[in-house]
Amino acid sequence: MSNMQRDMSLTGGGPPTSLNSLQKLGTVIGLAGLAIIILAAFNTLPSPSLWLTISLTSLALGILLYAKGSYQNSTEGIKNDGVWFNSISSKGFWAWIAGLSLTGFYIVLYFFPQLLGLRSDGGNVGVIALFDPLSRLLSGNPASQWFVYGTLYTVAIFAFGIKFIWKYRHNRYEKLRTISVMFFQTAFAFLIPEFMARLNSETFSLPYYDLKNIWPLNYYNFEQYRIDSFISSGTVGMILLIFGVVSIFVITPILTYKYGKRWYCSWVCGCGGLAETVGDSFRQLSDKTERAWKVERWVVHSVLVFVIVMTTSVISSYLGNDPNRYWLTKDVFLLGVALLLSIVFAVIWVFKKHELKKDARYGALGYLLIILALIALHYSTGNTLFVFEAETLRSSYGFLIGAVFSGVIGTGFYPIFGSRVWCRFGCPMAAILGLQQRLFSKFRITTNGGQCISCGNCSTYCEMGIDVRAYAQKGENIVRASCVGCGICSAVCPRGVLKLENGPLEGRIDSKEVLLGNDVDLLNLLNKH
Amino acid sequence: MEHIVIIGNGISGVTAARHIRKHSDKRITIISAETDHFFSRTALMYIYMGHMKYEHTKPYEDTFWKKNRIELKRGYVSKIASNKKQLLFSDGATMSYDKLVLAVGSTPNKFGWPGQDSIGVQGLYSFQDLQQLEETAPNNKVCKRAVVVGGGLIGIELAEMLSSRNIPVTFLVRESSFWNGVLPKGESEMINRHILKHHIDLRLSSNLKAINTTSDGKVSSVIIEETGEEINCDFVGLTAGVRPNIDFLRESELNLGRGIKVNRFLETNIPDVYAIGDCAEQMESQANRKPIEAVWYTGRMMGEVLAQTICGTKTAYRPGNWFNSAKFFDIEYQTYGQVSSERNRAAHEVHFHWKHRDDTKCITIAINQQSGEFLGINTFGIRMRHELMDRWLIEKRSAEYVLNHLSEANFDPEFYHRFEKDILKAYCTQFQKVSP
Repeated sequence: MSNMQRDMSLTGGGPPTSLNSLQKLGTVIGLAGLAIIILAAFNTLPSPSLWLTISLTSLALGILLYAKGSYQNSTEGIKNDGVWFNSISSKGFWAWIAGLSLTGFYIVLYFFPQLLGLRSDGGNVGVIALFDPLSRLLSGNPASQWFVYGTLYTVAIFAFGIKFIWKYRHNRYEKLRTISVMFFQTAFAFLIPEFMARLNSETFSLPYYDLKNIWPLNYYNFEQYRIDSFISSGTVGMILLIFGVVSIFVITPILTYKYGKRWYCSWVCGCGGLAETVGDSFRQLSDKTERAWKVERWVVHSVLVFVIVMTTSVISSYLGNDPNRYWLTKDVFLLGVALLLSIVFAVIWVFKKHELKKDARYGALGYLLIILALIALHYSTGNTLFVFEAETLRSSYGFLIGAVFSGVIGTGFYPIFGSRVWCRFGCPMAAILGLQQRLFSKFRITTNGGQCISCGNCSTYCEMGIDVRAYAQKGENIVRASCVGCGICSAVCPRGVLKLENGPLEGRIDSKEVLLGNDVDLLNLLNKH
Repeated sequence: MEHIVIIGNGISGVTAARHIRKHSDKRITIISAETDHFFSRTALMYIYMGHMKYEHTKPYEDTFWKKNRIELKRGYVSKIASNKKQLLFSDGATMSYDKLVLAVGSTPNKFGWPGQDSIGVQGLYSFQDLQQLEETAPNNKVCKRAVVVGGGLIGIELAEMLSSRNIPVTFLVRESSFWNGVLPKGESEMINRHILKHHIDLRLSSNLKAINTTSDGKVSSVIIEETGEEINCDFVGLTAGVRPNIDFLRESELNLGRGIKVNRFLETNIPDVYAIGDCAEQMESQANRKPIEAVWYTGRMMGEVLAQTICGTKTAYRPGNWFNSAKFFDIEYQTYGQVSSERNRAAHEVHFHWKHRDDTKCITIAINQQSGEFLGINTFGIRMRHELMDRWLIEKRSAEYVLNHLSEANFDPEFYHRFEKDILKAYCTQFQKVSP
């Protein structure tokens, strides 16, 4: 008998993993689109408008055909069959190939744009020349590596967004959310900034500004060159500058209070948009261990402190010292920062201390003291603010966080670490929103009484690595700083246990000793608070 | 220190262990012959379908047990010497206990069909069953057709599993409509159509007569009782229900019926020996409840209750309102309270039934005809709030109250289409009430 079974597995054991013919066709067409771009890197192609059109169309068409092959013959519902059998979605051979290629692309993009054909005199060659016609059409300027990236990024979110909508066509929350990220990417991140560039002239020069890209995700928003151009661009520039400040200090807290950080992270943000669409096939790869959670809390909040220190330092470096020239002097600014951080900390400490774990209390206190001490040190000794030069801080943040973390690791390793590595471990915006979501927000994921069967679909498909099941099986609502509200846990739950909701703050977090369904007296006895 | 030994690391045994640990410092050992660690049995199907790997079905990290001082022992208990308070393992080892909890679960029913023990014939309950299935039916080259016998929750799951690997499935259902011993007609028939939509060869009113085998003992075909038709297949899934897994206890002094007989306190006839979960058979019947309820939730609830007793607060098992849930391919099902099938319906129980035109959503509300009281609700494709339904049942609300407040109980994701108005309108039409 044992012989026979071994024979059986030799003659084709294992689950089916091959692609159907439409999926194959889609893959070939998509790769052909990619091949044109790679070809262009080595030989500048003639008639770039034609080849660019063919390339982008094939990319999108390939993805759509693949989606059609995947979902056209299936009924509405969850489509995770074979996720852990397929090489690409289960860290197999093709996942490593894809991961290495993406990583390679990001390294070239950030550090060797000349390999893509970027030429400082504007006479671009190679890939960038291929994108010149589209760039000239939109903004009137030649393309840059960022334009190439932006275009591919938008095409990817659009095509994979349609695939995602197809996959979740039974789920209106997922459909609307995806239409939203597709819209914000296309309009706000891609088209509007290009059109804004058209308005620029000798005397009027707005910086490239994706309005939804809020500081501190947009860590360079308050750098001197941008402030200078905002100010030099009259009323429009000032409005944009004020919007940049208001969006982080007013709009963000209000929306996060009402809806949780999902309003940004899974409805608006471009990084989130890419993760939700292109990254959807990799969401199950996130690390769910408690250890990963611990690392996440320290790393993401350290990045937040880093960006605050860096931005404070950069801004103070170009502010003047004479209050008669402009009220916002370096001193006013530094004291303002110290005051603001102290107030935020004090409010949390007074009202929410009991909700923080011990390490979170120590961490917050420690970081606050370090920042305040550095500012004090600056005044008492006259040393450089924060020990390092503003420029050193700026460039190392840009390199370490802006390029390596968010790009090379964050997106390049989608097929290995999952789709939200950057959002979870690195994004300072997510850290701010998360802090607020955890402490002052109406958002929570409600669990449904005693209906959980601990199957683990929710935890497996949580891209943020939250062990959703750990809460659901205790009948406890999920109120986690990192939750981006993508809604997939609720979608994949086979028993209807999870619901994303905005509700009253009272009773938002409540763990139960004994779950609903048991003896009423026992429930009352043990669940008394 | 008192040593609590629990046989079985399913939801019942593990829940008992966790709660005993919460309330005491007793030494706790969980014994399992199945796996090293607790996994979610209900998630076995998702492993085969490739939604998850085995690792994902474990509700606690492997470090959890040590951290909570719950000892795990892998082994098969072959005998209980209750006079010596000792367990004998199949490898000859022994273990002493002070209190013993039997949480040994179920085993698939077999009804004496010829060929039922052939190679390629199995149930779907344990982790070993899943491994066996992976051997016999990895894909449609090795397994050209599968036959599933028994139209219940495991049967339809097995049919879904096999078809996820493109294996053609013939589904033999004894009843004239899927699960109509439990579901009212309208719901059962909707699920029939949904099964067909998934290209399952559904055979209603069809019993298995015999399983034929090849000369080397492998299944080759099945014969249908009613028509005599022979269906060639490489796999037969036996899913005609489960029964308590108590064969190894036949020679013990335990009082056995279909399961291990227990009183309200989950005590067996032997002092310091308890039984919980699928294997426990209640001697005193509880209102509207069956003596054996082999579902996840009751197992969990018995574990919660027994932990109280073992830790000194003697507590009777008195489950609250019945609830359950399942998923039939793409259609989620939830039930709260008592909604009977036609077969089991009492004279006073009348039903209001509403079905959406897309044939994937429906609800049935059971009403006491005399008092108008809300007795229970089944929902398909619409999620309901357990807490609210439970409260309405406790408060003995009228069906009309429930229908008028149905939107408060909706638990569907945000932006989903809502049907409360349609439902209320349909109710008014069916029961000739004036629309509000």
